[in-house]
Amino acid sequence: MTLWQIIIGASIAVLALKLAGYLVPPSVLQKPTPARIADLLTVALLAALIAVQTLGNGQALTVDARVPAVIVAAGLFAIKTPFIVVVIVAALVAAGVRALA
Amino acid sequence: MTSAGTKATSPVDPDEQRQQRLAVREGVFVGLATAAYGVSFGALSVAAGLDIWQTSFISIVMFSGGSQFALIGVLAAGGAAAGPAAIASAALLGVRNGIYGIRTAPIVGAGLWKRLAAGWITIDESTAVALAQPTPRTRRIGFWVTGLAVFIGWNITTLVGALIGDALGDIRAYGLDAAAAAAFVGLLWPRLKRMQAIAVAIAAMVVAATLTPVFMPGVPVLVAALVAVVVGVFNWWGAPAASGAASTHTRARS
Repeated sequence: MTLWQIIIGASIAVLALKLAGYLVPPSVLQKPTPARIADLLTVALLAALIAVQTLGNGQALTVDARVPAVIVAAGLFAIKTPFIVVVIVAALVAAGVRALA
Repeated sequence: MTSAGTKATSPVDPDEQRQQRLAVREGVFVGLATAAYGVSFGALSVAAGLDIWQTSFISIVMFSGGSQFALIGVLAAGGAAAGPAAIASAALLGVRNGIYGIRTAPIVGAGLWKRLAAGWITIDESTAVALAQPTPRTRRIGFWVTGLAVFIGWNITTLVGALIGDALGDIRAYGLDAAAAAAFVGLLWPRLKRMQAIAVAIAAMVVAATLTPVFMPGVPVLVAALVAVVVGVFNWWGAPAASGAASTHTRARS
């Protein structure tokens, strides 16, 4: 696959899923199992992406400046710091650790 | 150009007018805050090997932060060979937008073009702001203002980030890779209110990290998603008769 094919395919898939929601009758949300799986799917994907983005280096696992940055981010979210502030602080922590190393 | 399709209503009481102003303000504020980290998407996308056109195309058409970061994250690690896994990651993470659409459809109302436009901007932020408003009309205003504010801001900052990213060179020196991980933490955090979600998150992290050296990039994330399906089907660690209509729209807003 070329990069463009991947980008277009993924973009259309995500857009189609958004539009599909408008075609689904609200009664679907009343069924507990599909709603529960959908909720947990998002949780699992986000958690898995955090692990990979924090520790992954291609196919290797590494512990580097991203780890303290993500720990600081989690702490700041726990005390309800605004989203954008946390993202910037996390970048600064990682940049700082790398500059010192 | 606030609320497309709102009809001129009968005399509006001052309280309602105040709530409408609040909905507009909240939408614009959330839009600005969200747009700010579009810069990091743009820069990371260029660093992952995409050009400026490809980067902007994603922000315009896909327009869903989590899916966008997931896509370029997999491409950065695995290149075009990881394409199918990259598409699957982005799409699965986009499933939640479809769930939001079920909720926001009654707010938006009927009409093909209106629904098409609404569907396009149905994301965490527009859904969260809309559902937080007290009346049907303020919900509609909140939805459109937030969605449009994020759409415009996100696409401008994506472009800025892509241009900066080109100039920056090594984005790791600026901690932008950590910023992406932190953004995922921010999306996850408000969803960890129940034991079941926390258990799934921990299990998914362990599975993804453990499988990273074994499978090609992108696949570990997809395998980790199976954790959610298994736990969801058997409802392990779940409340016995929990309503399925639990809050799917939570999101750390600004």
